[in-house]
Amino acid sequence: MAVVTYLEAIRQGIVEEMERDSNVFVLGEDVGAYGGAFKVTEGLLERFGEERVIDTPISESAIVGAAIGAALMGMRPIAEMQFADFISCAFDQITNFAAKCRYRWGAGVPLVIRGPSGGGVHGGPFHSQNPEMHYVHTPGLKVVAPSTAYDAKGLIKAAIRDEDPVVYFEHKFLYRRIKEELPDGDLIVPIGKADVKREGSDLSVLTYGAMVHLALEAAVALAKDGIELEVVDLRTLLPLDKESVLESVKKTSKVILLHEDTRTGGIAGELAAIIAEEAFEYLDGPIMRITAPDTPVPYSPPLEEFFLPKTSDIIRVARQLAAY
Amino acid sequence: MRLDKKTLLDMLYYMKLTREIEARIERKLYRQGKIVGGVYVGRGQEAIAVGSCIQLEKDDCICPSHRDMGAFLIRGMAPREIFAQYMARRTGATRGKDANLHMGDMSRNIVAFVSMLADTIPVAAGIGLTYRMRKQRNVVLCYFGDGATSRGDWHEGLNLASVQKAPVVYICNNNYYAYSTPLEKQMAVKDIAVRAQAYAMPGVIVDGNDVVEVYRATKQAIELAREGGGPSLIECKTFRMTGHSAHDDLKYVPKELFVEWEKKDPILRLESSLIRNQTVTEDEVKKLATRITQEVDEGVSLAENDPFPNPQETLEGVYADQNVEAPLAFANMFFSDK
Repeated sequence: MAVVTYLEAIRQGIVEEMERDSNVFVLGEDVGAYGGAFKVTEGLLERFGEERVIDTPISESAIVGAAIGAALMGMRPIAEMQFADFISCAFDQITNFAAKCRYRWGAGVPLVIRGPSGGGVHGGPFHSQNPEMHYVHTPGLKVVAPSTAYDAKGLIKAAIRDEDPVVYFEHKFLYRRIKEELPDGDLIVPIGKADVKREGSDLSVLTYGAMVHLALEAAVALAKDGIELEVVDLRTLLPLDKESVLESVKKTSKVILLHEDTRTGGIAGELAAIIAEEAFEYLDGPIMRITAPDTPVPYSPPLEEFFLPKTSDIIRVARQLAAY
Repeated sequence: MRLDKKTLLDMLYYMKLTREIEARIERKLYRQGKIVGGVYVGRGQEAIAVGSCIQLEKDDCICPSHRDMGAFLIRGMAPREIFAQYMARRTGATRGKDANLHMGDMSRNIVAFVSMLADTIPVAAGIGLTYRMRKQRNVVLCYFGDGATSRGDWHEGLNLASVQKAPVVYICNNNYYAYSTPLEKQMAVKDIAVRAQAYAMPGVIVDGNDVVEVYRATKQAIELAREGGGPSLIECKTFRMTGHSAHDDLKYVPKELFVEWEKKDPILRLESSLIRNQTVTEDEVKKLATRITQEVDEGVSLAENDPFPNPQETLEGVYADQNVEAPLAFANMFFSDK
């Protein structure tokens, strides 16, 4: 047992899988000698050599394209996007090539594309985005977004072992702020399984990524008023763990959908539809959304603070809903 | 370098088989309404796929484009699979999931093409990288048209392949038109091969209607790649003797160009030179044509009797470990319970 940060947990997962399977390799911009812009891949070059830790040109599309080619041949590439924002440059390779190979011609593409997403670090419009829904809207992909060091490690290992392309969004705000003791041994978090991070009977908050921690903070504050929040961490956005979502909604009958992603077309809309279709008779109040507004992520601190959902938002909406 | 008789005859066979299959698809099955989707053929360009692919080893790999039928045939796709693919049957290479030459099979090291041109350029680099990491002396042949060279992925892919010295031979079918747009409106350079200089790889121009010339240029590039010398670019100058697709009326192409290129037909050129230098007799050529017609007839009749996929198969094969849920699954369950 050792205390590791969210960032170290990702690195541990990658290192363990590279040691376990010689087909696993890393490619991306500045991942080798520099160790990655956030140092996620630090030390890998020294440990595994430049054949398995490949520095590439600034060519996101070619990084993913080359990873697809290797994956078709049975390799297990991990392609790093230096910032998740840059994944848009590889959109075509991911959505048209990687995602559709199995369906079209039965060829598996066991590929991981990972990168730091999210705001709260004054990164501005191009270093703060949450681009997950572009990929959640693409059948053939799997999309995960861990909130804890445990999940970060367990999900990167599961993603590397998965037979299909997995897009792995790690939240950069959590990199060094979140740490916990991790058990020794092979830690796998199955893709497609949500996790109840806090049990509660009055109201469900369904969320993922950095917002999980805000929901947990809100839960502590609300408990003092006798309102018990249940915090469900989706962990995987595609495929969604519908069962866990419905189970929590049926238990509490009131639901807040919370995400840092912008409002229109966010996962909250999809969750609201599922709940309305399949748990309508259990609801005792309106389905509420707390999200970022439909704007780019602004740079200036007062603007970014306004943009990001806050613990106080959750507390306010939870009180309103509890009283409904 | 003189090519042996077997290689020459094999090349003649695959070029003629390509043309016969495509003629059947474009001029018969499509017009009969038996092919519901798009039809893109490579009439006049057969020498390029055949002259290059014929020399591959089993563990080499190809990334063909939509006008490279010959490469599929050489890698072992049977006429029946191809006709079934075009006619959307479940015995086709994609089981009805995709159309025309958008098909592949990793057991035969054929990577399936997508409509977004040049996507396979970096994919080929990744396959080449894999050969290098595994210390295999194999190569990838990656095919595309002139149009694809205007896309960013083409440039990103060539650059990455070159930096990594990936064993890839990039083969351009320069048929002068990207759909209806002629070369001079696609690029300011006269030759695509010069673009190789920017990526520090050999760039050669060959007569794409001369199968022997294609063979020789590819052989040299393959040897370089196998020796660890990295990728090459081969520009095969040719001409698209058809529309972009079967529905294209071609009114933008000056008629005299067809007359000019008809004289350079790659199949007639090989055939007449083989007869002239007495490598084959006219009788042998006739027998070959008869054999090909039989194979094609058989492929068509088998495929025509093949079943369409079951509608439920729509939901299958998206993931390795699960099927996708039917859209009305819950509604059916909910309302039937009431």
